[in-house]
Amino acid sequence: MSVRRWLTDPWRKPRLLEALVWGYLAWSVLPVAIAVWFSFNAGRSRSSWQGFSLRWYWEDPVLSVWHDPDLQRALLHSLRLAVLTTLVAVPLGVAFAIGLDRWRGRLAAGFNFQMLLSFVLPEIILAVALLFLFTNLLKAVQLGTWAQLLGLVTFQLSYPVIICRARLLSIGSEYEEAAMDLGASPVKALRHVLLPLLSPAIFASAVLVFADVIDDFVLVRYLSADAASEPMSVKIYNSARSSPTPALNALATIMLASSLLAIALGFLVYRRLTRGERHQESTVEGFAAQV
Amino acid sequence: MATREAPATAREPGDPGPKLPRGRGARRASARVGAWRPRWFWPAFAAPGMVWLVVLFLLPFYVVLSIAFGAIDPLFRTPVPVWNPVQWNPFQFQLLYDRIFGAGGFLGPAFVRTFMYVAAASALCLLLAYPVAYYVTRYAGRRKGLLLVALLAPFWVSYMMRMLAWVNLLESEGMVNRLLVNVGLLAEPFPWLAGQPVTVTLGLVYGYIPYMVLALYAGLDRVDQRLLEAARDLGASRRRTFVMVTLPLSRQAILAGLVITALPMFGDYFTNDLLSGSPRTSMVGNLVNDAIGSPGQGGQAAALVLVMMALLALPMVLYIRATARASREAGR
Repeated sequence: MSVRRWLTDPWRKPRLLEALVWGYLAWSVLPVAIAVWFSFNAGRSRSSWQGFSLRWYWEDPVLSVWHDPDLQRALLHSLRLAVLTTLVAVPLGVAFAIGLDRWRGRLAAGFNFQMLLSFVLPEIILAVALLFLFTNLLKAVQLGTWAQLLGLVTFQLSYPVIICRARLLSIGSEYEEAAMDLGASPVKALRHVLLPLLSPAIFASAVLVFADVIDDFVLVRYLSADAASEPMSVKIYNSARSSPTPALNALATIMLASSLLAIALGFLVYRRLTRGERHQESTVEGFAAQV
Repeated sequence: MATREAPATAREPGDPGPKLPRGRGARRASARVGAWRPRWFWPAFAAPGMVWLVVLFLLPFYVVLSIAFGAIDPLFRTPVPVWNPVQWNPFQFQLLYDRIFGAGGFLGPAFVRTFMYVAAASALCLLLAYPVAYYVTRYAGRRKGLLLVALLAPFWVSYMMRMLAWVNLLESEGMVNRLLVNVGLLAEPFPWLAGQPVTVTLGLVYGYIPYMVLALYAGLDRVDQRLLEAARDLGASRRRTFVMVTLPLSRQAILAGLVITALPMFGDYFTNDLLSGSPRTSMVGNLVNDAIGSPGQGGQAAALVLVMMALLALPMVLYIRATARASREAGR
């Protein structure tokens, strides 16, 4: 009877739903956690535990990430691409967002559509198109770091634009107009009023672009020239099925740690930038909404 | 430094703020007060981005067209782009058509397979993600922030690492097989990584479900909780409230989630390569990747990319229009 009453109680707690959510979280996190765990394995196996060691990080003189020049180069190349892309894509995107938002014309609408198209287009399509561009028309651009940088900026440009435009919509133009009524020049109004207001969005998009480039695979693989311009994701792809040692897991773990570090730092700065704007506990939601 | 105070007065997103006159007349009125900018001021900000998109987004697709409709070098069998549209020749598409629909066409099954895998994986994503997003928006309470972080976590783990994790688990000596054999469900290890459609589909679900969760979360979070309370107060059961109120109100979010997960799945080839590696499960993305990788097949790759774009044009445009509408409504 009590089961029946529990089932028909209209205000019962959604236990089943709760169990499903925890199951989902376990399913999404556990495989990765196990992969991280085995990066500390003392033996060669990636599925049976043979004791803790840092062998695959630096203790092994040949196979560890620290001593394998291939893996080390891949790591540095990923970080280099992430930094360079963020430095180019974010200023370009922020200016683009401001321009598109304030200049309402047919041309602006057309470019906005293009920008959104680059956001939803499957990456392989853009990657093939850019590969053909650099090998057939703009031959001055060598495949490798330069081609990868140009491609990644094109692919990532939409993030700062979309995030900044959402913020611009909620800011409105009144603050700037007030500044200009008080005698500020258009450039000054922009620099001292609009940019400070936009800074949370700019920051959130920088973090997002950085983390996304570290993970990028399709574009960087097609636009790489040789093994020297292959980042971590391509190394994992190349050896996941062929010659796996836990060093690969160690590389992936380092990748994960650098993404998480970027996000954590980004979150802290974001909280500082939006101080006084919203409640403490909703900072996560605000950040998530930006992301 | 007076402007330092400005962020504190910024409005919450979604709050329309003080109603000011908008539109053409209003802009002219404010121009009279003194807010004057040269006409080129805003276009100048957009100009670098516009140039970038023309050179690195529009131009590449012209090159793809020139190669897909181009010629073949008679000696090296490499594709030669033809820049003049008047001289374009559709023979690559004829070849592609024969390979898809012709007798012994070996590309046709890959197209059918892609649609089936993507349909199954998107449906599974929706079925799994909806309850999760629903719970987090409606019942999480104080733990909402924490749960949200957990839901976002997969975004910050590299896709390759998440697939590598499954490769480790699904190997013949891997944990999944050992567990299933020990429990007695399997007599001997199952070859999960040897061209199993199930593995590829589940891999796609695992890879792309975070996008679905986020899209549904954003949509369900916007649903006015008072409407649900009203339905419950008027005597509707939980299920009835869900079917009659929540589900219709989240239709847009469901569509957005399906599009945003299905589009990248159509272009995916690496999930397949890592979790199967067998031509028995290859998808359209694999066809493109194989064509790019084999000499002389550049023209086929270009033609395949154009066919893919044509097939995906409708969902892409629908999604762009829906997001444009949503942002207009948020700004109002």
